Amino acid sequence: MTDISFDETLDARGLNCPMPVVKARKKMAELEAGKVLRILSTDRGSIKDFQGWAKIGKNVELLGQETETEDGVELFIHFMQKAN
Amino acid sequence: MTVSDVTGKEKTVDLEVIQGRLAALEQRLESLEEGQPEDKVALIIFSGDLDRVLAGFIIATGAVAVGQEVSMFFTFWGLNALKKKTVLSGKNLLERMMAVMSPNDSRSLPVSKMNYFGVGAKMLRSMMKNKNVSSLEEMIEMAREMGVKMLACEMSRDVLGISDEELIDGLEPAGVAAFLGESMTSRTNLFI
Repeated sequence: MTDISFDETLDARGLNCPMPVVKARKKMAELEAGKVLRILSTDRGSIKDFQGWAKIGKNVELLGQETETEDGVELFIHFMQKAN
Repeated sequence: MTVSDVTGKEKTVDLEVIQGRLAALEQRLESLEEGQPEDKVALIIFSGDLDRVLAGFIIATGAVAVGQEVSMFFTFWGLNALKKKTVLSGKNLLERMMAVMSPNDSRSLPVSKMNYFGVGAKMLRSMMKNKNVSSLEEMIEMAREMGVKMLACEMSRDVLGISDEELIDGLEPAGVAAFLGESMTSRTNLFI
């Protein structure tokens, strides 16, 4: 576990491309600038997806990513901050 | 005006020349900035194959999610993806034949490979459902909710005899110039 603090969590487990990013986008839109969203995903592709978003997105920053194993299922956790 | 360089030597500089150059430079910069593509993605959906159309909508929804403005231009077989029903009344003989041979709505689109009279498409849909991937209809709905601009090619709609009432609501009729207007200012252009 990293010690990145977050304000909200989005459970995108079980969802496939492009839903984790699409749902995260909707959630991010509701957040105030500076807030951090934690996204839980079981989609392997989401690692590169969130990196790609951070690369082209203008008002987001990817603070960190981690992988955990939960009941034998890999869980990918992303921390995205809404920039100012 | 005179200025001294690092060695202390005096030089004469014509301020007007510098100002003129600066103005020319600013103008060039401005025209360069005008030609810069914006954060936009333009997709042409020409195909009416389920797999291809799906790819288009995945790119479209994904692109909006990462902050791009997206326009989709549906033309020829691509219009079938926007159909909600088939209406035969008001069509001439050829248009009727075309309508009967075309998919009734987005749910009956074929796949580009291994369609086998629709069995392949049904198989793909059920496999996608098993893997929790959104259906084409969900994708279309999502794309509209997210503000994807959907343009329907007026010419091919007219040629194929597809009426407005056969298509889903909220489409903008458009032609090649409308699409080019989107495409030439977009960073990414795809023909699907």
